[in-house]
Amino acid sequence: MARQAKGWNPYLAGALSGLVSVGSVWVAGKYLGASTTFVRGAGLAERLYAPDVVTTLAYYLKEKPLIDWQFLFVLGIALGAFIAAKASNDFKVQLVPDTWRARFGDGVGLRALAAFVGGAVAMFGARLADGCPSGHGLSGMSQLAVSGYLAGAGFFAGGILMARLLYRGK
Amino acid sequence: MDLLFGLLTGVLFGFLLQRGQVLRYDVQLGALRLKDMTIVKFMLSHIMVAMVGIYLLNDLGLVKLSLKATVVGANALGGLIFGLGWGLVGYCPGTSLGAVGEGRLDALAAIAGMLVGAGIFARAYDGLLPTVYTWGNYGKITLAGVLGINHWLVIAILIVAFAAILRFIERKGL
Repeated sequence: MARQAKGWNPYLAGALSGLVSVGSVWVAGKYLGASTTFVRGAGLAERLYAPDVVTTLAYYLKEKPLIDWQFLFVLGIALGAFIAAKASNDFKVQLVPDTWRARFGDGVGLRALAAFVGGAVAMFGARLADGCPSGHGLSGMSQLAVSGYLAGAGFFAGGILMARLLYRGK
Repeated sequence: MDLLFGLLTGVLFGFLLQRGQVLRYDVQLGALRLKDMTIVKFMLSHIMVAMVGIYLLNDLGLVKLSLKATVVGANALGGLIFGLGWGLVGYCPGTSLGAVGEGRLDALAAIAGMLVGAGIFARAYDGLLPTVYTWGNYGKITLAGVLGINHWLVIAILIVAFAAILRFIERKGL
């Protein structure tokens, strides 16, 4: 497949990313995670038109709308991916993923709607679980946290269920 | 300084996610449809390296663990809800940004949805506190603590188990 030809071996990329994770904990004392940043981002956006929401809702008081280490980490992922894609001639603007197109057609609106709704549901679940595949899946499981293994099992169970519903018989 | 380290870590991580080819919808759905285990290979090799490194540094007193509390209701139910959304969106919170970085612009709708989901959760939080968050709250526990055995033994067992999973995946050609 063309995909394999352009990428690195996933074991190598995964192991190197494990080293990045260890380095981050050692140098900066920070464990990788991503989903808290979306709470802070939502808070920053809400502050623009409804400042009192951010000062009254308990969850925004807990996860304050500010730019922190993780916020820059998440933005850095976009930059790092862009550099890697450009450097290897793998950058490609695409509005509808290939697998989605083969199943549901090339309608941009339908795909955007699914991505939006799926994103909202996923983030609600990630906040309830207290982490996403980075915070629980990578950092939590690496620290042998029981919460990481529980949430990780939930991620895949829910994901496999939804994928079955969407791609039944395909 | 914190912010600079955050950016640098993100750039390195994003670079490796892109090179590992795990940012795309097709690969994430491939795993959830049990057809392409690239993300499982990436995640398990990450965890195998990171758990040895982190516990080594922790034993030497050079780093501190940062455990998330185990609340069975919240972790399991939240995990399941995350999964249902993940199957629909095909990006995780971290990989959604990386996907935009490699040109997959449907991830912009995913990011907008995730911000809205976070806002909805902020409103539901007070109502959830007395319920889901009290179901099976065991605090910050590890597998080693629960089993009452040394963490290196747990790490050894996990490495063997993960290697067996990966070997199975390779044999099946996934």
